[in-house]
Amino acid sequence: MADMKIHVPNSAFIGNIDPFIAGLDVTDPSKLEITTNDRWIAVHPVVLCMLAALGKKANIVTIDNVTASSGHYMTRMGLYDYLGISSPDHIEEHDAAGRFIPLTTITSSLELSNFLNDVVPILHLPPEQSRSIRYILSELVRNVLEHSFSDGGAIVAAQYYKKTNTIRIGIVDSGIGIAASMVSTYHPKDDLQAIKFSLVPGITGTTTREGGTDYNAGAGLFFIKSIASINEDLFLIYSGSSMYKLLKNTKKRLYADPEKDKHSEKTDLPYWQGTVVGIDINLNSTEAFTSLLSLIQDTYSEAVKERRKERYRRARFI
Amino acid sequence: MIDKDDLTNTNSITIALLKIVGQFAENKDLGRDVRVQKIEPNLAKGKKIILDFTGIEGATQSFVHSMISQVIRDNGSDVLESIFFKGCSEPVRAIINIVVDYMQQTD
Repeated sequence: MADMKIHVPNSAFIGNIDPFIAGLDVTDPSKLEITTNDRWIAVHPVVLCMLAALGKKANIVTIDNVTASSGHYMTRMGLYDYLGISSPDHIEEHDAAGRFIPLTTITSSLELSNFLNDVVPILHLPPEQSRSIRYILSELVRNVLEHSFSDGGAIVAAQYYKKTNTIRIGIVDSGIGIAASMVSTYHPKDDLQAIKFSLVPGITGTTTREGGTDYNAGAGLFFIKSIASINEDLFLIYSGSSMYKLLKNTKKRLYADPEKDKHSEKTDLPYWQGTVVGIDINLNSTEAFTSLLSLIQDTYSEAVKERRKERYRRARFI
Repeated sequence: MIDKDDLTNTNSITIALLKIVGQFAENKDLGRDVRVQKIEPNLAKGKKIILDFTGIEGATQSFVHSMISQVIRDNGSDVLESIFFKGCSEPVRAIINIVVDYMQQTD
């Protein structure tokens, strides 16, 4: 069987991540061979989360001689620890405040709560912006803990980019994937449909009942898509062989149906066992969280009414 | 309609959430614990519930859902005459409104 081969390019962010994903070779998860661009490496934290997830599963990991001048970024973010190999860099560790959250594994509810307490001071976020960041992290990691059945929990990383005043977040798991988590309720026909179902408010893998269960409403990803959409941020979900990418929405309008959002979608991608989520939060355009919630309430309510209307049946007299 | 001024110590119970869930209310397990251990038993005794969010900066929809959705489902929307939300910041208030709204549109 061939090795799993990953090439880390000079640039892979949500906007231009498609070639990186299309080029993944995940044939044999037991052996991971990483090569890197020889001049420059600038990648979204979600890319590092993916490498870390693959590295954790692989028995044998190799990485080429990293010559890119920015290669130490992978060390700084803790990637080599996940790959189980020594870093070629000898850098002095320093306070991460204001810059990044290195690769972190979260496997329990308590670990998540502790992590969320640390995030805001590490990223030096003002209150209004910290609300949406903590919200996103909480909902996405809880999704992993509750639905992914991932042995390794969620791998999370974040990076603040001063030039664009943006926080980029990656959350990745190696669990059952979105389609499998919905197979007993909504029976998605493929990975792409499963991803889209997961973005619709009120749809959860735990029940088809409107309003969800006592523990799950199926609203987490819809909230996150909404936060990204209104703030004109990028957001991607990649699970199984499909990817849905929310593109910048300049209309400031929310949709319950992800089909109506400005987006791109890909099928027939290399199969990712689990789920990959990446999001950019531009801190310049962070809409007041409370007014955003008001929009979400209206959209959610409309979606529920629409579904009830679709299900409504008249008595048939014969 | 219950007037909140009628909420005496004997006919109501105040649940101070800050010390249970911290400043960011997101842990659904704790939300469910509050419901099962405090809200439901006291509602069964005929008490009014005051959910005190004082000091809580934010909450997720998942947390609020785990704490109150089943109560609304089991008892119908009339139960909201017996539950009061105290000390809510604007974002927390907005999240509660979302959950209360969609739970009243469910079956």
